[in-house]
Amino acid sequence: MKSAVLVFPGINRERDMARALKLASGNETAMVWHAETSLPKGTDLVVVPGGFSYGDYLRCGAIAARAPVMDAVRDFAARGGLVLGVCNGFQILCESGLLPGVLMRNAGLKFICRDVHMRVERSDTPFTRGYNAGQVIRVPVAHGEGNYEADEETLKRLEGDGRVLYRYCSPEGVVDEASNLNGAAHSIAGIVNERGNVLGMMPHPENHVEEIMGCTDGRGLFAGLVQQFERAA
Amino acid sequence: MKARVTVTLKSGILDPQGKAIEGALKSLGVDGVASVRQGKVFDIELAATDKAKAEAALKAAADKLLANTVIENYRVELL
Repeated sequence: MKSAVLVFPGINRERDMARALKLASGNETAMVWHAETSLPKGTDLVVVPGGFSYGDYLRCGAIAARAPVMDAVRDFAARGGLVLGVCNGFQILCESGLLPGVLMRNAGLKFICRDVHMRVERSDTPFTRGYNAGQVIRVPVAHGEGNYEADEETLKRLEGDGRVLYRYCSPEGVVDEASNLNGAAHSIAGIVNERGNVLGMMPHPENHVEEIMGCTDGRGLFAGLVQQFERAA
Repeated sequence: MKARVTVTLKSGILDPQGKAIEGALKSLGVDGVASVRQGKVFDIELAATDKAKAEAALKAAADKLLANTVIENYRVELL
């Protein structure tokens, strides 16, 4: 699997992401600067990492979403290429129009930095292939604006089409108000676009991939992506 | 030419920042505050002297960047 990680000024999780991708795929990851107008040839997966692009000025992800490289990402996604956005990356994908909805200020107004539990809603997608449907995984979050909101019609479509892939839950896998840390609509932690090739999620699976991190629950996502390309090959 | 673009949250969109400000105003003893919604103001200087062109440019700026029209409305004024 050949992956490309986008780099914007103010992004700070790109190295973690590249490390997790290399661990899963065995390949070096291309780091792609925001001013580029094309992606490296043969790219299988584009990752928009987390951080604070442009200092979160205007709205989180708003300025990065208009960077030159995003036109290349839009073309790539339109051709069916896989795109993963994590945290600020999710915000950037929403701002760029690749995903519906918006990430609002956390309902409790506080920046939240801790481990959360997520339920994997289905396992038959490139982004969840490494897990079982209903499996509960523990991954860290670190965000002030992770409260996913969309209009009723969009939420209905997301649910109806099974496009909510990850949902905040209790350690036992129960989706309730108490486990919905940021107030997101329908406890949404991660969604895909209509075609199913663009995933945005707030939690950081790349930070739970090695024993030294205290948990390896994030590995499944990357292993699943690698499997996807082995199947295709 | 000077212009102002005002961006406000659409009604029905939860505004936790506005709520926090509302609470602070109440605790400061400012009377009669029913609710607060927070928005943004952009003061823009334009090279254009043609009103219609200026308005078109401001609309484009708001649609492309200044406002997220999923959750926000905007108003353009030439000053």
